Amino acid sequence: MERTEIESKLVDLLVDELGLERDSITMAAAFEEDLDVDSLGVVELLMALEDNFDVKIPDEEAEALTTVGEAADLIAAKLG
Amino acid sequence: MSTRRVVITGLGTVNPLGTSVDGFWKRAVDGSSGVDRITLFDTTEFSTKIAAEVTDWDPDQYMPRREARRLDRSAQFFVVATEQALDDADLSYEEDDPAALRAGVAVGSGIGGIITTQNEIGVLNDRGPDRVSPLAIAKIISNMSGGVASIRFHLFGPNTCAVTACAASANAIGDAAEIIRRGDADVMVAGGTEAGVVEFALAGFISARAVSARNDEPALASRPFDAGRDGFVMGEGAAALILEEREHAKARGARVYAEVTGYGMSADGYHITLPRPGGAGAARAMSNAMRNARLDAGDIDYINAHGTSTQANDATETAAIKTAFGDTAYRVPVSSTKSMTGHLLGGAGALESLVCVLAIRDGVIPPTINYDTPDPECDLDYVPNEAREVDVRTAMTNSFGFGGHNVALVFAAP
Repeated sequence: MERTEIESKLVDLLVDELGLERDSITMAAAFEEDLDVDSLGVVELLMALEDNFDVKIPDEEAEALTTVGEAADLIAAKLG
Repeated sequence: MSTRRVVITGLGTVNPLGTSVDGFWKRAVDGSSGVDRITLFDTTEFSTKIAAEVTDWDPDQYMPRREARRLDRSAQFFVVATEQALDDADLSYEEDDPAALRAGVAVGSGIGGIITTQNEIGVLNDRGPDRVSPLAIAKIISNMSGGVASIRFHLFGPNTCAVTACAASANAIGDAAEIIRRGDADVMVAGGTEAGVVEFALAGFISARAVSARNDEPALASRPFDAGRDGFVMGEGAAALILEEREHAKARGARVYAEVTGYGMSADGYHITLPRPGGAGAARAMSNAMRNARLDAGDIDYINAHGTSTQANDATETAAIKTAFGDTAYRVPVSSTKSMTGHLLGGAGALESLVCVLAIRDGVIPPTINYDTPDPECDLDYVPNEAREVDVRTAMTNSFGFGGHNVALVFAAP
């Protein structure tokens, strides 16, 4: 999967699954500080990523994610 | 020490007849039915295919989408009803407002977020435990409507929840009044909510032989006290009332709709779902409420009955009214607005309290619709089919829940 495709799918998930405003989402945006995603929201995102990209993300990897871009990096690495 | 008195200064509701107090009240006085074929799910395999739904509910109209999706439908209803009621009372609180510490919430719900319960158990069974939503528990618990209201509207006083089935929101209102009377709060949002029109709940009620199967005539299905009644019709929705200490309301020049003067309870102690034959338990709740209000039976101008349209309830409630009211039972108008709204279960007591308050305000009693054929066991004045103008100075509402929980509330003109 191309990087741009991963990013666009990720943004769609944040809008559809977490109800975030599309305009607020950039690759540099931090989940907690910029997007107001709380701990429950992070778990929701994690489950949505696993379901939609067909990957497994262990908790320790998920906890290290702070920005949208980092999530895209992680998915890209998993998909190889 | 002077006695603290409790008045009602704001109203809000989302229910099958309307998503505003005015919209609801107009249809209730007109005698409209909110019952129709179920649209929320496929009823092919269900013997009952009707309910009173809040049609075309779109929570995004009322709150940001990211908030709405974190709330079960039942909590969405309550948040919207609460917002209406606070606006109506002209009350709002900022985060750092000291008055917010004296404003609380009491909500009633029969079963909380049962739509979410059903959905997430489906996820558990189909996809396994690690796919169950992290929001599942927060969306399911019955008290969350009150929790969310406190977060959203900065209500930092007492916050509690009654879970007494179909008596839940009547308990919430009575309990809220007591909280104000004893001085723990000056303002309470009191009410209830239910969103139980979902496969699992309907299936349970069908198996319990509790619901009407008049699928071909939905608008005629809820027919309390009529000889042809064949069960209740599920409804959904919420109602919220602003209860306020009287001097507090006076000091800020608030409009006062009515006073909460009586709260009575009892337990049937008889059966898990059936009322005690003869209605002794229900009668004691009514008598207790009148004693609490320092009123005699002859002082009550209107009874909003529990009136579910089940064989057992309506006959038993009639007997109970006769026991509690004696000779005056035949003179007091009794109506069941469930004939129009369906049964809001845990939300019913709050919506029907709102009806009592508006009956006092406008001097009009909404009817029991679909009343065609008298039942010898139900021989009171049920205000059949057309609203009636009556100078209502005091009104009582009854709410009875599975488990044998009986609650009566009395409201009086200010």
